[in-house]
Order: sequence, then C-alpha cells, then structure tokens
Amino acid sequence: MAGTARGLIEVQDFCLRYETMEGAVEAVSDVSLNVQPGEFVSIVGPSGCGKSTLLNALAGFLTPSGGTVTVDGEAISGPSADRGMIFQQYSLFPWKTVRENVEFGLKMSGVSRSERERRARTLLGLAGLTQFENHYPDRLSGGMKQRVGIVRALATGPRILLLDEPFGALDAQTRLIMQQILTNMWQRLKISVLFVTHDIDEAIFLSDRIYVMTARPGTIKSEIVVPLPRPREPSMTLSSEFLGLRRGLMSLIREESIRAMGGEVSLDSLKGLAINLEGQDLATVL
Amino acid sequence: MLGLVSLAVFIAVWQLLTVNHAIFYVRFTNVPSPEEVLARAILAAHNPVFGDHIWMSCRRILYGFTLASVVAIPLGLLMGRFRILREIVFPICEVTRPIPAIAWVPMAIMLWPTNEESIVFITFLGSFFPILINTLQGMATVDPVLVRAARCLGAKEASVFREVYLPASLPQIFTGLTVGMGVAWVSLIAAEMISGQFGIGYFTWEAYSLVQYSDIALGMITIGVLGLASSFAIRLLGRLAMPWGAAR
Ligand SMILES: Nc1ncnc2c1ncn2[C@@H]1O[C@H](COP(=O)(O)OP(=O)(O)O)[C@@H](O)[C@H]1O
Ligand SMILES: [Mg+2]
Repeated sequence: MAGTARGLIEVQDFCLRYETMEGAVEAVSDVSLNVQPGEFVSIVGPSGCGKSTLLNALAGFLTPSGGTVTVDGEAISGPSADRGMIFQQYSLFPWKTVRENVEFGLKMSGVSRSERERRARTLLGLAGLTQFENHYPDRLSGGMKQRVGIVRALATGPRILLLDEPFGALDAQTRLIMQQILTNMWQRLKISVLFVTHDIDEAIFLSDRIYVMTARPGTIKSEIVVPLPRPREPSMTLSSEFLGLRRGLMSLIREESIRAMGGEVSLDSLKGLAINLEGQDLATVL
Repeated sequence: MLGLVSLAVFIAVWQLLTVNHAIFYVRFTNVPSPEEVLARAILAAHNPVFGDHIWMSCRRILYGFTLASVVAIPLGLLMGRFRILREIVFPICEVTRPIPAIAWVPMAIMLWPTNEESIVFITFLGSFFPILINTLQGMATVDPVLVRAARCLGAKEASVFREVYLPASLPQIFTGLTVGMGVAWVSLIAAEMISGQFGIGYFTWEAYSLVQYSDIALGMITIGVLGLASSFAIRLLGRLAMPWGAAR
C-alpha cells in the first residue's frame, strides 16, 4: 500500500438511501466524482442536498446503498485515521488539553507517550499554537478550536482530509485566516482535500476544482475548474477571473436553491431581486 | 459576611425563644437553648461514646454509598451503551425506584442476618437510584460528534468508551453522586432511628426517649454538619476528577 498510496478518492454512481420510519429517503443518487492525489476539491450545493451524507460515506460512517466509494482503489469499510475529518460543530474533547487532543490519534495507534508528545509539539508549533498546548478547549476561540481540530486530524498523517463546512460558524475575518492556514498545511503536507462549503467565495479561493450538487436527491450538476494561479492572494478575489467564476457558480446554485425550496417561486419573478442582491453583495466585497 | 450575620440572628432568635419559654401554638418550653446545646457539645466531645456514634454513621455511609457507586456507575455506563441491557434492567428500576429506601426497613431486617448489614443496605438503596439515573442521563447526552471524531482518529469500541463516553458522562455522574449522598444520609438517619444501635440517628432518637433534650439539638446539628462535609468532599473529588472545569 505504501509508496503508491497517495490519496486518490474515487466515487462511482454513489447512491444513499436513509431508512426512516416513513420509508426510504433517497438523499444522494448517482454521484460520481474524484479527487486526484494532492488535489483540493470543493463541493457546493443547497442545504439538504447530501453533502454531509457523501462525506460521511467517505469517512466510513455510512455504507453506500449503491455504487462504489474507494480511496486508492480500496473500498471503505469503516472509519480510519487514514481519512481525517473536520466537522462543522467543534469536536475537540473538552476533557483533554490542546496537546492531548492532538495526541489522541497517535495514542490510538499505539505511539509511545514521548514520541506522541514530540510529534504533537512539532505540529502545534507549525500551526502557531505552542502557547496554548496546555489549555482546555473551552478557553479557546472558535477559530482556534477548528485550527486545533485540523492539526489533530493531520497528526496521524492521513492521506485525505474531509472537511464539512468547517468554517461555517466563524466570522468573516477569522474565516480568511483559517483559509490561509488550511491552504498552507495542504501545500506543505501534499494530501488530498475534499471540502464542503456553502460559501462560493471560499470554494473558489481554496479549490483546484469545484463540484456543484443539485437539490435532493443530490447529484452532481456540474464541475468547474478553477484556473487561478497559486499561491492565492486575498486580492485575487477582486480579479475579473474570480468574479466571473463567482457569477457562474451563483446562478447555478440559485437555480438549485429555488428547486430545493420546492420550486414554487418562478425564476423570472426572482430575477430582479437576485440582481439587486448580487449588486449589493459585490458592493460590500469591493 | 452577610451569611455570618444571618447565622448570628438565627442563634439570637433561638436563644430568645428558648430562654423565655415562648409559646404561640408552637411550644418552646422544652427546647434547649443554644447555650445548653453548646455545653452538651463540649461534654460530648470529651465522651468517646459520642465519637463512636459518629464513626458508626460515617462507616455505614461509606460502605453503603461506595457500594452504590461501584454498582450503579458501571451499570449505568453499560446500560447507556448497550440497548439490550437497558431494556432488561430499566423496567425493574422503574418499578422499584418510587419505593423510598425507608420503606425497605422491615424487609431489610428480614433479608440480612445482622442489623448492621440491613442499615448499610438501606443506605445503599437510597443512593443507588440517583447515581444510576444520572449516569444513564450522562450517557444519553454524550455529543455524538465527539464519538465520530474519536472513530475518525482510529479509536475502537473500548477506547471510545474509555476516552469519550466515560469523561463526557462524568459531570452528570457527579451530579448523581451529590444527590445520592444526600439521599444516603436521609435513609441512614431514618434507618438508625427505627432499627439502629449506635449511629448519630440513633443517638438523636435515644436523646428524646431519655429526656436529654439538649442532645436532640446536638444530634441534629451533627447530622447537618456531617451531611455538609460529605457533599463538600464529593465536590472536591469532582474538581479533582474533572480538571477541565466541568464541575463549576
Ligand atoms: N439520518 C438521517 N435519516 C434520514 N434522513 C436523513 C438523515 N441524515 C440526512 N438525511 C436527509 O438526507 C438529506 C441530505 O442530508 P445532508 O447530507 O445532511 O445534506 P447537506 O449536508 O447537503 O445539508 C437531507 O434531506 C436530510 O434530511
Ligand atoms: Mg451538511
């Protein structure tokens, strides 16, 4: 496995039905996508379209009802430290200090105490968290918690990192910093990232490619390559290329959001409103 | 500061009522004054028998409460984790729980060969259910995202139990221990008054029979102090067990 194992995610005709008391609910149907080794790929789509469902299947918490989900050619049989996951909700263990949280994965794989400590310290240093290593999570800000969460997930050296709207609860300023940190870590560690977000700017700014999903049952509506050069600078969000991508993505998502709401609202009646909104949005960005 | 003042006022009112043998439906004629109680307390402090009473009660609490914790906490944790166990044990709990521990006294005397054992059994029963119910509650409210985070980091079943479910339930377990300790004292004192030989509850009841009215108040105050001390001990233990500050 070593040597060739580099974090290739392949999803083929993936379907997932939830069995509920009212019967089966088709959450995701026929999704095919891939993430190449070392690639940064985002998924955007209206809420309820099955983004978390897809990520949970990749993490190993759900078994596909149809299709295949593989990493480096191997079917996923359960959660594993090979696939790190970051949740939208803060998920640090409140009873462990920052360093103990980071050490957790290593402890589970039987790494000795001193070695654990050494590796955790190194990683915390890279993430600029050294001075907080003995703090308990409740003393940290939201951004700091997610930063520790990312470091914790990376500590075991996973091949891929799955992130489910990780910065959704953070303010705009903190979000920008977190995006920068995530980009840095990704480039340094050369792992594959699958990133779920509802923030279009975030998706464009971070990704090599973006998949847009349709409303339930979720399928892939389109795939967009982001040709912006790296390293990405915050000023790029004002470039015409960025704004063009943004406009395209917004209209794709708007269609789906309306469909997700039941589609009673006709597109035409919303057009004037939407253009207004977009103008306003841009004004605040500029 | 204000607390001290209010205590002083309480004692002053007590002194006034008793010294003047006040009667207004409630009769203070035979109620001992603070002075008398203090005098008895000093006397009792020099009498090893009084110390024995306290020691007996404390020992019964220690046995009954410790036994209850040792059984109820693991049982609650396992019941919280394994549904089958929960479905088997829960109905039994629901039926026996509403019976106050004191109502078990006659049955306990029949069940256990010695008086001592039946009193410890009553104390055990009193603290058992609060501890069990709170442990269960703690298990039910464990944040599922923490469990999933642990699994993503490679934790297997036993590790998830030890590293997530147990610490996540600890605050609620300690709530159970605090409540359980209170009920243990209630049950113990009642049991000692009914069936005891020795013990601070027995001391208090016996004082009434022997017309030693000052000792009644002395017994009551001692019970209060012991209850306070033991709930303080539990709080201290909670702080030590949960250094991350869940026990505020
Ligand atoms: N455990 C579940 N049981 C039944 N339906 C579920 C469950 N989890 C999610 N769903 C449904 O599946 C759909 C997709 O959910 P989810 O993957 O959370 O969407 P997203 O993350 O894109 O908002 C939603 O309509 C949701 O109601
Ligand atoms: Mg979601």
